[in-house]
Amino acid sequence: MSEQATPTAAPEAPATPSAAMIRTLGLVATICGVLIVSSYEGTLDAVNANKKIALERAVFQVIPGAAKVEEYYATSAGIQPATGPTPEGGAKFYAAYDKAGAIKGIAAEGASKGYADVVRVLFAYDPAKQVINGIGVISMRETPGIGDKIYTDKAFLKNFEALDVKLAADMKTLANAVKVVKHGTKQNAWEIDAISGATVTSKAVGRGINESAQKLLPLLVPNLDKLGSK
Amino acid sequence: MALPGQKQPSNMEEFLEGIWKQNPTFVMVLGMCPTLAVTVSAMNAISMGLATTFVLVASCLLVSTVRNIVPPQVRIATYILIIATFVTVVDYAIQAISLAVYDALGAFIQLIVVNCIILGRAEAHAAKNPPVRAAINAVGMGIGFTIGLFALGGVREVLGAGKLFGISLFGPDFQPWVVMVLPPGGFFVLASWLLLFNWLNSRKTRADRIETVGGHVHGA
Repeated sequence: MSEQATPTAAPEAPATPSAAMIRTLGLVATICGVLIVSSYEGTLDAVNANKKIALERAVFQVIPGAAKVEEYYATSAGIQPATGPTPEGGAKFYAAYDKAGAIKGIAAEGASKGYADVVRVLFAYDPAKQVINGIGVISMRETPGIGDKIYTDKAFLKNFEALDVKLAADMKTLANAVKVVKHGTKQNAWEIDAISGATVTSKAVGRGINESAQKLLPLLVPNLDKLGSK
Repeated sequence: MALPGQKQPSNMEEFLEGIWKQNPTFVMVLGMCPTLAVTVSAMNAISMGLATTFVLVASCLLVSTVRNIVPPQVRIATYILIIATFVTVVDYAIQAISLAVYDALGAFIQLIVVNCIILGRAEAHAAKNPPVRAAINAVGMGIGFTIGLFALGGVREVLGAGKLFGISLFGPDFQPWVVMVLPPGGFFVLASWLLLFNWLNSRKTRADRIETVGGHVHGA
């Protein structure tokens, strides 16, 4: 502060040269830049390791007995290991292998708007039976006690023991689109019996799975043999 | 900060200011956005409190260190830059420590940038005090904020889920009071705490007044 009696800094303000302001901002920005970059570099390995563990945990949960997970892209040109951004028209999936290295199952993500926010689920696909045989929730912000029944309600989870996702004869779409029906009216293997009172969230799950399966399976199924074993 | 004629507060007073006398949650009622939004469980509340404390202490320390070379015209820009930097650091740190915590706190980690406690402390305290004093005050404020969040998060988790730190308290027969972990519950619990603190405060003021009056009578 100045020696003047007034405690305000206002009278000094015009005296500050522009260069001083730019210098100060530049200096502070440099310090901040160094801090950000070093913390990014410093945590990168741990963050990636955490993400891998979280993904593996989710996949192991929907495909029991899996021991190893690989990420792939299915595109119209075939299957390729997932590196870089998803190619145009491609879909990402995870191949799970057991301890001996034989393929155990396929997992993929489905996402759709629920009641509060996007509901993201991971579903397991059994290539031999052409069914979905397990789901897990990756993230959702649905109402606790209502929307979260999608992973606690046993009757709802029963829908995903053998949900039919057979491809149509032309191999371009599913033979029957996965559909969520009103609670207690499930008749076909491709229908999902909604949770009474949590219909919006149930529908989000079904829609997410349907969109993802419609896109992924036509690309994946013709190339399944190329996945081989690890 | 000491105004002319006022004595410089001791380090202990600086530290305790944020914990009790100027508690950010219950007295200043600042930073309500994370306070209401993330306090659905005790663990979330404490993680958020600690993340904010880190940003608060680190940015007050740096603001105080550079306070004499920052021209007043660009001080807000400088503070925001510093605060945003430490928020980014804490963002990466939480991702590295636990993705579950990162997902639970969601966008509110990035929103620490605009938490008014931090910019308020930088402008009102750190910019006018030496680094050690600024850091002590910031630690107190951070702990005060964490206590405030925990007071909400703990109560909401117990009532709304029947758990504390994820451990079930009442057994499987407990019917959770779900509204407590929904947004309205945040308002209910915050209002109850504010009621309690204001009641304590008004009782203290009344007691002080009676004491003063009584003293005068005694002196006369």
